Amino acid sequence: MGNKQTIFTDEQLDAYQVSLFSFPRLHGRYHELAPHLVPMDYTNEPDCKVPLALIVNMPELKENPFRNRIVESFSEDGMGNLSFNEFVDMFSVLSEMAPRELKAIYAFKIYDFNVDNYLCKEDLEKTLNKLTKEELTPEEVELVCEKTIEESDLDGDHKLSFADFENMISRAPDFLSTFHIRI
Amino acid sequence: MPRKSDAAKMEEVGIEIDGDLSESDGERQAGGRGGVKGRGRGKKPASDDDDEDDEEEDEAPRGRRGANRKKPAKKRGGNDDEDESEDEPPKKKRGGAANKKRGGKAQDSDEEDSDVGKGKKGKKGGGKKGKKEEEEETKGKKGNGKGKGKDKGKDKDDDKDKKKKKKKGDSSSDSNSNSSEEEESMSEGEMARLMEEVEEKKKLIANIRNKPWRMQRRLKLLKEAQEFVDKFEGALGKGKGRKWYAYKVMMTKKWIKFQRDFENFRTACIPWERKIKEVESHFGSSVASYFIFLRWMYGMNLVLFGFTFGLVVIPEVLMGLPYGSIPRKTVPRAEQDTAQDYSVLMDFNGYCKYSVLFYGYYNDQRTVGVLKFRLPLSYLMVGIGTFGYSLMLVIRTMAKNADVGGGDGEDSDFTFAWKMFTSWDYLIGNAETADNKYASITTSFKESIVDEQENQKDENIHLRRFLRVLANFLITCSLGGSGYLIYFVVKRSQEFATRDDLSWYEKNEMEIVMSLLGLVCPPLFETIAELEDYHPRIALKWQLGRIFALFLGNLYTFLFALFDEVNTKLEEEQSIKNASIWAMKEYYANYSRLMNDSEATPPPMDPADVIRGPCWETAVGIEFVKLTVSDIQVSYLTILIGDFARAVIVRFLNYCWCWDLEAGFPSYGEFDISGNVLGLVFNQGMIWMGAFYAPGLVGINVLRLLSSMYYQCWAVMATNVPHERVFKASKSNNFYMGLLLLVLFLSLLPVVYTIMTLPPSFDCGPFSGKDKMFDIIMETIDLDLPAFMGTLFSYAANPGLIIPAVLLMVLAIYYLNSVSEAYQNSNMELKKKMKMARDEEKNRRNNADTTNQVMKDLEDLLPNRSLIPPAPPEPGQNYILMIQEPKPKPTKTKPGTAGKGVNLQKDVALASSNPNARGPVSRPPGPRGPGPGPGAGPGRGRGRGPPPR
Repeated sequence: MGNKQTIFTDEQLDAYQVSLFSFPRLHGRYHELAPHLVPMDYTNEPDCKVPLALIVNMPELKENPFRNRIVESFSEDGMGNLSFNEFVDMFSVLSEMAPRELKAIYAFKIYDFNVDNYLCKEDLEKTLNKLTKEELTPEEVELVCEKTIEESDLDGDHKLSFADFENMISRAPDFLSTFHIRI
Repeated sequence: MPRKSDAAKMEEVGIEIDGDLSESDGERQAGGRGGVKGRGRGKKPASDDDDEDDEEEDEAPRGRRGANRKKPAKKRGGNDDEDESEDEPPKKKRGGAANKKRGGKAQDSDEEDSDVGKGKKGKKGGGKKGKKEEEEETKGKKGNGKGKGKDKGKDKDDDKDKKKKKKKGDSSSDSNSNSSEEEESMSEGEMARLMEEVEEKKKLIANIRNKPWRMQRRLKLLKEAQEFVDKFEGALGKGKGRKWYAYKVMMTKKWIKFQRDFENFRTACIPWERKIKEVESHFGSSVASYFIFLRWMYGMNLVLFGFTFGLVVIPEVLMGLPYGSIPRKTVPRAEQDTAQDYSVLMDFNGYCKYSVLFYGYYNDQRTVGVLKFRLPLSYLMVGIGTFGYSLMLVIRTMAKNADVGGGDGEDSDFTFAWKMFTSWDYLIGNAETADNKYASITTSFKESIVDEQENQKDENIHLRRFLRVLANFLITCSLGGSGYLIYFVVKRSQEFATRDDLSWYEKNEMEIVMSLLGLVCPPLFETIAELEDYHPRIALKWQLGRIFALFLGNLYTFLFALFDEVNTKLEEEQSIKNASIWAMKEYYANYSRLMNDSEATPPPMDPADVIRGPCWETAVGIEFVKLTVSDIQVSYLTILIGDFARAVIVRFLNYCWCWDLEAGFPSYGEFDISGNVLGLVFNQGMIWMGAFYAPGLVGINVLRLLSSMYYQCWAVMATNVPHERVFKASKSNNFYMGLLLLVLFLSLLPVVYTIMTLPPSFDCGPFSGKDKMFDIIMETIDLDLPAFMGTLFSYAANPGLIIPAVLLMVLAIYYLNSVSEAYQNSNMELKKKMKMARDEEKNRRNNADTTNQVMKDLEDLLPNRSLIPPAPPEPGQNYILMIQEPKPKPTKTKPGTAGKGVNLQKDVALASSNPNARGPVSRPPGPRGPGPGPGAGPGRGRGRGPPPR
């Protein structure tokens, strides 16, 4: 609980710590992002948001191909502006200790580029292109997306619902170790 | 990759990594502690989750569950269980409040959260509140609940019960904490443990319960919870357990951090891991497999080096006679002038030849130094031990690899999906690491794509088979041809050996032919292999096997020449031996005659003047060392010229050239996996064969492998381009290992042959003076071991014992083999079953309304026709449906599931349409109306024959 500069009430601190997987230093980091926007004193829960452009420049996210999606899927307005609560939320989900189910939910949201609650082919193509820096040929992309859907699609609607996704991801051996950010 | 990135990130970002641990060590700890508690804990949250999720739907089961829960709670209530009972109430309440609506649900979760909050409060030392307050609060809650829920009567009772119990629990806990000494002492340890466990449980619950809610909501709920929490502040706030717990938490945190650091450290300790990963990310696992093999080889050679130097070379240097003391350690006078010339040294003659590097230098003293180290025995043992260790290591590695991966490729169900969604490591925060990761992801996708394309490839199977047979035929022909050529050349060279008037070509014919074959054949094989059109991974194996067969010819000629040499040397030796004995006698005779005193001991002859035998062992050793060194030179030069110079030319001449050099003809080189692997394998064979005659060879080889690792890593990254089709290497390197084993066996033979049959030279080496090399063992047994050991050995060497032993071993091998086969079969069976189960599940969900539809139609059709005989249009409709159905279905299900799904549908469709189709086809125009109709149709159509009604 040792954040010297920022001020929270004890209750607030407790609340955060209880409900979260990681709290220490988070506010410090949040404050660093936009010192002029974020007040140090959080006792009366000021309403301020840090825009996406600032957040994706954090060293933890800078190299991540999905950084924009990550931030967007954690922001309430979908535009990537994060309030402190959402910011904390983000790193708690991405922390080492968050359970698999929780991570799966957010991973699904992150990969769902067009926010229709399904991972359709378009989403997969975007994911793949981001992963490979568009070095695969269109045919290869097509093949990979086809195969991905084929592998995981259980209900035959040619796109991945969350159930499909969870079923798939719950068996992935290294999902937990890779979907995780240390801050 | 993740390791690397971990490390990278930690350096780069420099963030306090254990920050996120503080909150969750509870969970960690919980995870760490196994046992009954853990299981119970695991179950509870699950049921809670259930409860929350479908609260509204199943009220009845809910109630039951609540009741169930109540029971155990009531039953308990002893001192020990007060924590439990505290834990219980919220749940009971929840159970009771189950019938409430949404609002109730929210409250429920508050309560759950409160369990956790309690822990926190405890930490702050915020003790317990008065019982009264608690009661009030409970009441308040209840009232609240009452307001919401209509049917609360029963629940109220529950609550009351609970309250009562609560009181009891609290009072007991009060007494426990405040006063009663004996109780404290009685359950001190147990209490602490219980408290921890409870706390852990709560933490765990808290962690699991973190729903994907917005922070805002979570906080609100928490706030409500916080107020509720206080009354459950029970025994947990007490001093000792608290501290112990805090201490434990801290230790867990430290331990986890330590483990992580240790893990990182361990990865950092694996030599060249980074380098290999880097190569792998750009060139694919197939190229990396070569480097892994190289690393493995390096490790093995390091151990061999340790043995040889530790047990043979160093003792000889430290404790043996110094250079120049005896003839075998001295350069003969005739050679002394040139012994230091560079060219002579490069041929490993001169000082090199009479150095510790070679067999001949070693003395035949039974023991050396004050330690009475039995050097000759140790020499022989190390020579045999080298083979023993290598065999063991190779076989062990093979077995382990078979255990790990076994088959080629991955038979996972989610190859692509996992690659897509889990391959990016979110920890990466370093630009360079990220670039590598992009490359490796792309490469791994490409590998899988190649595999997939291979699976999807369907072509003319007969043509393919024909081409494969043809290719194998061609290759067998060329192998046979080159084999005969080698045989022929060797014969001729024997012929030439007796003649003196040889032209330059005739002298070097064998070398020329061999190198020509080595130059021409591999590309030829590769070209022919194009015909086969195998998956590149399998093609590589074939290629390896074929070139291996070709190289065996090389080996054969080499050994042939060597044995020739040895035989001539042995003949020569006999005469020299006589000459040398005669010379010695002469010398002594002369001396005594000159001094006229037969008693006086003559001064020993100058060791440089003594007549020496040819020492065939050293000659063989020199041969192997020369070969190894020239091999090193050739391979390094090849890389320098073939890859580096080519890359430089292509890169820089491209600016001023007529055509595009990079994309066009010369282009950049690809890494030649098969050539490099075989080079490594055969080189190792040379080492194994030569190590006995030249102990220094192992050292040279270690240096070679070490430099080659860096050099080739650099070369491949700097000058080569990835293969056109990057393919995934089979998980185990077992094919390489198999080749290595074969070579090991082949190189074992000549060495063992020489040890067992050829007489060692009379004046050099540790075994001089013996008839056979292994006599040293006999000698040791006779002289140094107690007598009964000798008889024991003689019994053991009895054929009567050996033959049964061999038989037994053969039987054991047979038995184990059949067992492993049986396991393999059952393994396959299980795999098949799993796959089937999965496909079935998929199909069931997938075709819930398609396949089943067909079935339904099928079912409907028959009874319908029998039930409603007079409806003529109906069957007609059904026919149409039936015929159309198979078509839309495949389109409805995606082609993806085709594997099983469509086939199944097809089958069904066939089965269903056949009996019906018979009707319309045989009488095309007729059946519509009255035709196949109700009467005849059903009975005929299905074997089942619906019951006539």
